[in-house]
Amino acid sequence: MELFHSVNVDWLGKKWYFLLFSLIFSVAGIISMGMHWAHTGSPVPLGVDFSGGTQVQVQFQRTPDINSIRQAADAAGIKDAKIQSFGAAGTNELLISLPEQTNEAALDLGRQQIVDALKAHYDNPFTVRNVQVVGPTVGKQLERQAGLATIYSLIGMLIYLWFRFQLIYGVAAVVAVFHDTLITVGAFALTNQEISLTVIAAILTLVGYSMNDTIVVFDRIRENLRLSRRESLPDVVNRSINQTLSRTVLTSGLTFLTVLSLYIFGGQVLRGFSFALVVGILIGTYSSIAVAAPMLVAWQEWRAKRGKAAVLPAAKRAKV
Amino acid sequence: MKKNLNGKIALIVACLVVCLYGIFGVPSGISGKALTEAMTKRIHLGLDLKGGVHLILQVVVSEAVSAETDNTSARIQQDLKAAHLTFSQVYKPDPAQPQSIRIEGTTPAQSSAVRSLLDNKYSNEYDVTGGSTDNSFTVTMKPPVVTALEQKTVQQAIETIRDRVDTLGVSEPVIQEYGLGRNEILVELPGISDLDRVKTIIQSTARLEIHAVVGGPYQDEQTALASVGGTLPPDEQLVHGSGALATGSDADSVYVLQRVSIVAGSDFRSADPGTDQNGLRNVRFTLTNEAGDRFYDYTSNNVGRSMAVVLGGRVREVANIKSAIRDSGEITGSFSQDEVEVLSKMLRTGALPASLNYLEDRTVGASLGADSIREGVTAAVVGVLVVMGFMLVYYRGAGINADLALFLNLVILLGFLGFSSATLTLPGIAGVILTIGMGVDSNVLIFERIREEVRAGKAPSAAVDQGFAHAWITIVDTHVTTIVSAAILFLFGTGPVKGFAVTLTFGLAANLFTAVYVSRVIFDAHLNKMKPGEMVSI
Repeated sequence: MELFHSVNVDWLGKKWYFLLFSLIFSVAGIISMGMHWAHTGSPVPLGVDFSGGTQVQVQFQRTPDINSIRQAADAAGIKDAKIQSFGAAGTNELLISLPEQTNEAALDLGRQQIVDALKAHYDNPFTVRNVQVVGPTVGKQLERQAGLATIYSLIGMLIYLWFRFQLIYGVAAVVAVFHDTLITVGAFALTNQEISLTVIAAILTLVGYSMNDTIVVFDRIRENLRLSRRESLPDVVNRSINQTLSRTVLTSGLTFLTVLSLYIFGGQVLRGFSFALVVGILIGTYSSIAVAAPMLVAWQEWRAKRGKAAVLPAAKRAKV
Repeated sequence: MKKNLNGKIALIVACLVVCLYGIFGVPSGISGKALTEAMTKRIHLGLDLKGGVHLILQVVVSEAVSAETDNTSARIQQDLKAAHLTFSQVYKPDPAQPQSIRIEGTTPAQSSAVRSLLDNKYSNEYDVTGGSTDNSFTVTMKPPVVTALEQKTVQQAIETIRDRVDTLGVSEPVIQEYGLGRNEILVELPGISDLDRVKTIIQSTARLEIHAVVGGPYQDEQTALASVGGTLPPDEQLVHGSGALATGSDADSVYVLQRVSIVAGSDFRSADPGTDQNGLRNVRFTLTNEAGDRFYDYTSNNVGRSMAVVLGGRVREVANIKSAIRDSGEITGSFSQDEVEVLSKMLRTGALPASLNYLEDRTVGASLGADSIREGVTAAVVGVLVVMGFMLVYYRGAGINADLALFLNLVILLGFLGFSSATLTLPGIAGVILTIGMGVDSNVLIFERIREEVRAGKAPSAAVDQGFAHAWITIVDTHVTTIVSAAILFLFGTGPVKGFAVTLTFGLAANLFTAVYVSRVIFDAHLNKMKPGEMVSI
């Protein structure tokens, strides 16, 4: 069985459409992050892992009524509690969150207050399934560390690609990956979903995945450049994308199926995680064809205009 | 030409056996239940999957530094008195700078004598400055000494917490330093969901100290201050009594105590709960030899005076010294049974060298953990089965190859986890998913390449050869890039990010072996059996 037999698409001819498409999504992401920033002071909704605060997940015996719970919280003097239903309907689960405590000593009070208020003012037996209390300093540290780790790992990949290919390949790959991350995070701001630590793991997965996709195309470009030095770079890039297209679609499709199954069957705990991957894999596949490869061509054309030699074809020879 | 594959096949089988051992160990039986049991023994599930308590505590190390300099300033006073050198006061000017001690009111004539005394006795650990113009000296703990002391404090706190947690009977607790240089401790207790009990055990470990009483009890702080002439001398402190102590009511009471303790937490050797002759609950304690000598010196010189038992920053009991006490005594107060038990447990395990702040706590209910495992596993199994089914349909014979390689990849990855005692967490499962994705990708890359070669009219064995050779370059590049980034994430990331990096690195390393080596051996075995002119099934 074969899906793509001798495809011949002029991908680079569509680069302006690609640019437009990427711009629309990136700008939409940036605008929604900006709007979120204006409202809450952070570009994306942050989970309790990062923002600090108290989050209690409670399972009731009977279907809980959010309004009565809010009244119970008010009666107990708890301010600014956020109450959301959680999980599939019928599991009777609620997530009750208190905002960030500035004082580390006051941290632990929140959990007790919530439990006491529910016991005292709401007649519906419950069990506490999950509690997270995160101090503001820890949240900040985690945020910084996760960010730094990601940036360092991007630099590491850039250096490896520089060493195996050329600097411009590394730059193009990293720009493409950055593009994917931006759009995925923007999707979280747009749909108002919280970014938690597991979502960060998903974004790291997507970085690895998208990088993988890009390198497969680059490898083919490198190989074709070596084999046919007469052909123009845009032709080589087009041919390389077409040759790897069947692999790209297959792998992405299969990984997408895995992730989709995670999104559907994985339960509420994995929802944010699988959402990031569902969006990320679509964007990541698109970007290796529509962002990374055209960047190589654009760079060479720019150099040609400035009268410099086209150095790209001299990509380091791959050793087997 | 046929290839001899026996050696390669033996290697693959050996690898499979070793990894199966890594996953299961030697199971007690081969029923499903026995295997699951054996597996959970070898592969540790993270708290997010298993349920439990996760805490991050910060040790207030400045307290330990402060306690040390308190002792030093008391010693300096004694030394100056013993050498008959004049001074007006020895004190610590800035509570935010607990490492500095100031000596004021020395005379110009004795300046050099004071200087040499300080230099002789304290210059190993302290920098001594001043002395020329304003007749005062500043003694500051050297920064490396401060760092060493802080480090020691954190280590002691970890030891103490470990002793205490052991009394809870948790299996495989994690108690370790967290976030280098920030004096933080990570505590993870799988299978525990009673956070309050954990906190009582860990933190009720407030310091227990015995101090000399200067005066008291007074009704409030003003009265107490008035009794010492309005301002508190630097070597004394105000401590509130516990409500019950005063008159059995909630009335406040304030004592003036010597700042430096006579004995403190780490001086206790053993402690047991008991009752005294009146039937009141008490704690009987024994001091270490060194502390016993000190206690004897003090009590024999101060018969008739009072001393206060200070627990968690409050006076719990005030006792009159009737006679000299050496190394054993008892603390009687209005304690509940639970309190005497916790108190003696605390004294036995040694006090914490400084108090703790909670920075973070998470409790994952075991039922939630079980739910997320079940849902995660269902999703993963469905995903993998769909992928495997598709490979079979799309690549026919070669699909079997890919599926075997994928299966072996998972076995090796789990085997690694079993051997390395790494912990599998939700982000770790993310790493497994990326591994599966890249594993399938390697196979797709190779197969597509072989198809291209076959289309170009190559013979089966040549096509397989060329396909593997070309795809190998790409596979190395994609894998090394991802492993480089995973290694960096492992080095710089924290807990969850690390878990992701570990499974991903293991998984990709395994994948290089299964997708390239194992899959190639299966192809070769197949080619060996093929009749001339037959086409490879791909």
